[in-house]
Amino acid sequence: MSRFVPHPVLSAVLVLMWLFLTAFTPGHLLLGTLIALGAGWSVEHLHPPKPVFRRWLAIPKLMAVVALDILRSNIAVARVLILGPDHPKYHSGFVELTLRLRDPNALAVLAIILTGTPGTAWIEFDQEEGRLLLHVLDLRSDDDWQSLIRDRYEALLMEIFE
Amino acid sequence: MMHLEQLPPWAAVIIALFVVVGASLTLLGGVGLVRLKSFYQRLHAPTLGYSYGTLLIILASMLMFSLAEGRVVVHELMIGIFIMVTTPITLLMLGRAALRRDRDRKLGHDEVVPPRIRSTEPPAETETESETGDPQP
Repeated sequence: MSRFVPHPVLSAVLVLMWLFLTAFTPGHLLLGTLIALGAGWSVEHLHPPKPVFRRWLAIPKLMAVVALDILRSNIAVARVLILGPDHPKYHSGFVELTLRLRDPNALAVLAIILTGTPGTAWIEFDQEEGRLLLHVLDLRSDDDWQSLIRDRYEALLMEIFE
Repeated sequence: MMHLEQLPPWAAVIIALFVVVGASLTLLGGVGLVRLKSFYQRLHAPTLGYSYGTLLIILASMLMFSLAEGRVVVHELMIGIFIMVTTPITLLMLGRAALRRDRDRKLGHDEVVPPRIRSTEPPAETETESETGDPQP
């Protein structure tokens, strides 16, 4: 099983996606299965760090939190853009944080979340000391961001991955 | 080939709302690219279109074609997934390239950026790209 289907979940999802995108016929099932097996086989050769999910239940919670936060920051950034860049009510700047996360998959998810949130941009990360440089469009105090990311995302991600 | 008048009114209203709001967010992001001052501020503007701009337009499209064709149409999810996976990589690379440019005094950019996190050279891996041109300390 593991020799011929190295990533069963990935391959199954790919077959499903293929059938969704085309139509359910035996020919497409065969073609999709072949493509999915090929994809799983080539991913195996990239040697990615295998993600270990400890608690599945936290994933929907994280997604809900992220969707809500992105919606809120969308509104905030839209307001900033309408008011114009010279408005005195906000100023942008860099923020340095320390992260406790070490798992590369969890860090990748955090990077996608922070980059996807308008108003925060992930600039640089030092893997050994766990220090992260963020650029924030509408800056509040330093502690604010540290505790925001620690409580809202990091705790959930550690629950899921570590 | 499409029969728009067949759509129920509630669906038409929701679809129109989603498309208009999503398109406005994307437009605002584009305007922000022009209006904002520094490179790092500009990094934030396109994420408007990338996050909810894309999401709302995709939802509207899925809803409309699902109703119009009478089956579940989820092709648009692929667009969403690919945008979600690729855009952060672009923004990350741009941000790091800009940081490296601004830390190099010879290039004469007056952007104020925080100094490098560590003074010692990091061991290969993730940092190689941004560090290769630097003189050894």
